[in-house]
Order: sequence, then structure tokens, then C-alpha cells
Amino acid sequence: MNRADAPLAAPPPALRLKTRGGATLDLVAGLGFSGRQHQAIADLGEAARLWRLGTTLAWLDVKGRYRGSMLGPLWLTLSTAVMVAALGFLYSTLFKMVLREYLPFLALSLVLWGYVQTMVSEACLGFTQNDAIIRAVRMPFSLYGGRIVLRNVIVLAHNIIVIVVVFAIFDTWPGARAALALPGVVLWLVDSLAVTMALAAICARFRDIPPIVASIMQIAFFVSPVIWRPELIHRGARFLPLNPFYSLFEIVRGPLLGEIPGHMIWFSALGYSVLMIALAWLLFVRVRGRLAFWV
Amino acid sequence: MATIDADHVSVDFPLYHGSARSLKRAVFAAASGGRIGKDAQKRVVVQGLRDVSFHLGAGDRLGLVGSNGAGKTTLLRTLAGIYEPVRGRVRVCGSLNALLDPNLGMNPDLTGRENIALRGLFAGLGRPAIRRLEEDVRDFADLDAFVDLPVRTYSSGMVVRLGFALATAIHPEVLMMDEWFLAGDAGFLDKARLRLESLVRGAEILVLSSHMHEIVARWCNRVIWLENGRIQEDGAPQEVLGHYLAGKGSEEAPTLPAPLPAPPFAEATVVDALLKESDRGGLR
Repeated sequence: MNRADAPLAAPPPALRLKTRGGATLDLVAGLGFSGRQHQAIADLGEAARLWRLGTTLAWLDVKGRYRGSMLGPLWLTLSTAVMVAALGFLYSTLFKMVLREYLPFLALSLVLWGYVQTMVSEACLGFTQNDAIIRAVRMPFSLYGGRIVLRNVIVLAHNIIVIVVVFAIFDTWPGARAALALPGVVLWLVDSLAVTMALAAICARFRDIPPIVASIMQIAFFVSPVIWRPELIHRGARFLPLNPFYSLFEIVRGPLLGEIPGHMIWFSALGYSVLMIALAWLLFVRVRGRLAFWV
Repeated sequence: MATIDADHVSVDFPLYHGSARSLKRAVFAAASGGRIGKDAQKRVVVQGLRDVSFHLGAGDRLGLVGSNGAGKTTLLRTLAGIYEPVRGRVRVCGSLNALLDPNLGMNPDLTGRENIALRGLFAGLGRPAIRRLEEDVRDFADLDAFVDLPVRTYSSGMVVRLGFALATAIHPEVLMMDEWFLAGDAGFLDKARLRLESLVRGAEILVLSSHMHEIVARWCNRVIWLENGRIQEDGAPQEVLGHYLAGKGSEEAPTLPAPLPAPPFAEATVVDALLKESDRGGLR
């Protein structure tokens, strides 16, 4: 109001929040699907506008875990390297496989699986963990989902060093074919956000979901060709694309190992992705307005 | 021009506890046609707000009074867009800042500077504005060299000062404040009070929820008395507060301080001594 009589602690003008007119907040109850969808899109847009906050939070999450340690986030790389080396020697002996063929496959698979598994388990706490912030300030919910995905992408980037080292040791560079993994990577990022948002919402409402998800992931790890090569299945190999983990892994792992995934694999990966994204979107549109009451 | 419109706003709280939180029960209840899991269906719903309507324009200072659980904080959260109405409509024009949690997003493992930058990002500020925020907060909170140390190494007084400085640094057009902010006004420092009053007067609209009727009477030009989520009375502070306090059977009813035409700014000379005081848990 009359700023003239506000002496002393008058703030620098940069810290006065100004708006350009129009409503900053317009919440109408009882909207139909299109109205809710509009709000969900606005949520995504707002989160994208706050990308600097999202990336900062994701970095702080990673750094925070390793604050005070000498190697910092490189501890992640080191523990993955030890895991890959140990499992690589063990299984190549058990399954009588050539280390040069098996270890690059295993390194790639374990790093990718680590990404999926950590992200899924963190997604279950996506909203419930941020309950204090959610109840204190209106923030787009996609921000919390994006933060989890970004955080895990950063961790994944650290683990790529292990893959590069293994490839270098065995001189198994995929060459130009590796570029074919890019569409797969993009699909993974979109899927990651969809899965994270969906799990975070479901787990906010039903508190017995996280252990269920954890055991499903455990089973999926052994059932899917992560540490064992898909070629080991002779009969019924054509049913493999029914497993979403298999096809989604192949579209990224295949090109990096110099194998081009077939049509069936791409068809399956795209089909499952569209299904997941659509379900996650419908869920988000439906429950976004209730999330603050659930956490 | 900032405005707030609440149009027949109702908010329900689903109280999910125990079995209502369980997917297994919900599935079981659905599969058995609702016979076995009857309790899962019987979810308790608490009505937070019922049919609340009002309009605020530039210059309005609204105080919310009512007993505990009357819906004051729920209304603040609904106006801030945290809870979305189940019925009705909330419309806010103007930049908005709700002071609901003193330690919003504060991470004890981060340094003071990092926490300041983080809060700036939460408010959607750009780099230059964050630098200004940093200077402003560091100066007010007297952090000096501590600004580059993790917040968990701070004394409790410093944490309170940092939280307060951060919350009051960003000046919005629509300001909402919960009572934690003013709790224990006896120990409230002059310097802090000046800063708060500057924030309040810089805002076009203030919505304040408080049990401290003196502050409501001094700062507000309109009071809404909430009871069980409904508006019991809406009008001039003296009147509504009088009825509210009379209803409570309180003897302090007639001794309300006069409203605040030109705020009596105290001399800020004793500030330093008082800030030392705050190291023993002042400000709150």
C-alpha cells in the first residue's frame, strides 16, 4: 500500500513479488475431466518452469548422501564396480560363459536395473516424504516426481563410468550402432516420470503398496533377463516380449551391445510405455487435487 | 489489484487411518460386495470448511479467529491453494506468499547460504533476486561467517532468526500468515516486529489467523469468526472480536487495543541486546 511510510526494513525491489494481472490461483470444485486435465497440464508446465529448483534439489539429494566423504558420489560408481566384478566372475564360472562376452552385458544390465529399482522404491515415497512441504506451500506435484527421476539419472550418469571401463577393458565398443539406443533412452525418461508419479500417488493413498512393489521388483529381477542372457531361453523365446522389463531393457541394452532390437521388441516396449503413460496420466488427472489430503 | 474470492467453499478431510489405508482391505471389500470390508467403506470424513464465502480487495486485512479446530488453518491453506475445495471456488489474483511453516524446506545439512538459495528457488526467483535475498537474510539474521556453515551447527536462536528472515524477506501482494508467526509476542523483538510490520504493510491483502486478539485488533480491518468450519460472524474487528470473546466468556473482551493507524514503530536502538537474547530461544 502506501510504501512511503514503511521505513527501515523496506526490502530491495527484487524481492517484491509482482504479477502481471490475471488470477494466480483459480480452483473450482467439481470440474469435469477436461477441466481437471487442464489443471494437470498446468501442474506439469509449472514444474517445467521451476526446472532450476528441480535440478538443484536432485543434485543436493545426491550430494547430501555423500557429504563429508572423500569420493563423494563416486562411491556409487565404486560400489557398482565391485558388484559387477563380483557377480561377473561368479556367474561366468557358474554358467560357464566367456567373461569377455558376459561382463559387458552384466555391467550394462546391472547399472540399468539399479536405476529402475532405486527409482521405483524412491517413487513410493515421492509424495509422503515431502508431506511437510506439500502442506506448507502450493508446488506442482510433478516437481516431486521430476526430482526423483533427475536424482536417479544423476546416479546413473555416475555409474556409466563402470560400463565405459568394462567396455574399454574388453574392447567391446558398440560403434555407431550405440546411437540407436537414444530413442530408447528418451522413452525411458518419459516412462520414468510416468511410473514415479503413479507410484507416488498410489502409495500416498494406500500405505501397504511399497512392500508389495518391492517384492514385485524382486521377482521381476530374477524372472527377467537381467543377469542372465535372453539367449539362454530356447523354447518359448518368442514369448519374451510379453515381459515389459525384457523389451524395455533390450531397446537400450541391445544397441549398446551392438545388437539391433527387432520389431517385436520395439512394438512391445512402445505398447507397454503407452499403456503405462496413459494410466499414469489418467490417475494423475483424477487424484492430483486430493494428494494434499492424503500425504 | 489483488483480490481474493471465496465462493461457497467447502473442504472435507478424509481421515484415512488403519484399515482405510490398506489396499488389501479395499480390494477385499470390493470383491466381497462390501460385506466383509464394511469398515473399509465407512471412511470418516471431517468437514474442514462449510460454505465459506467472502471477497477481499486491495487494502483488506482479514483476521481469522475461532477455537482450535474451527478451520482457521484449513481456510488459510485453501486460500493458498494447498487444499483444493471439494465444493465451491477459490480465486486469488496477485502474487501469493503463505507463511505456514517456519522451517519450510530447510535442510539442516545444507549451509545457510544454500538454504537461502533453495528458498529463493522455491519462490521462483531468478539469480539476481536470489543474491539480494541472500544479502537481506544474512544481514537481518546476523549470520556473519555462519552463513557458510551447515545449519545444524547453528544455535537454536540462529535457526529461528534464519527461518524468520527467510519467511519475511519476500514481499508478496497477498500475504497469509498463521499464528505460529506471532506466537509469544512478549519476547518478540523490535527489529523482528518492524520487519514483520513492513511485510504486512507492503502487502495489498493480509489474511491472518491468530489466537492473539490484540494483534488481530491492531492489524486487521475485518474479522471472520469461524466455528466448526462455518463463518459464525464476519465484520469489523471490534464488533466480531467483542462477540467472539463474549461468547467464550472471556473477561478481556472490553479491553481491545485501538487499531493501528500509524504503527508505533519503536526505536531500534536496543535491537542488538535483544538479538543476543534471542539466542536463548527468543523470537517465538
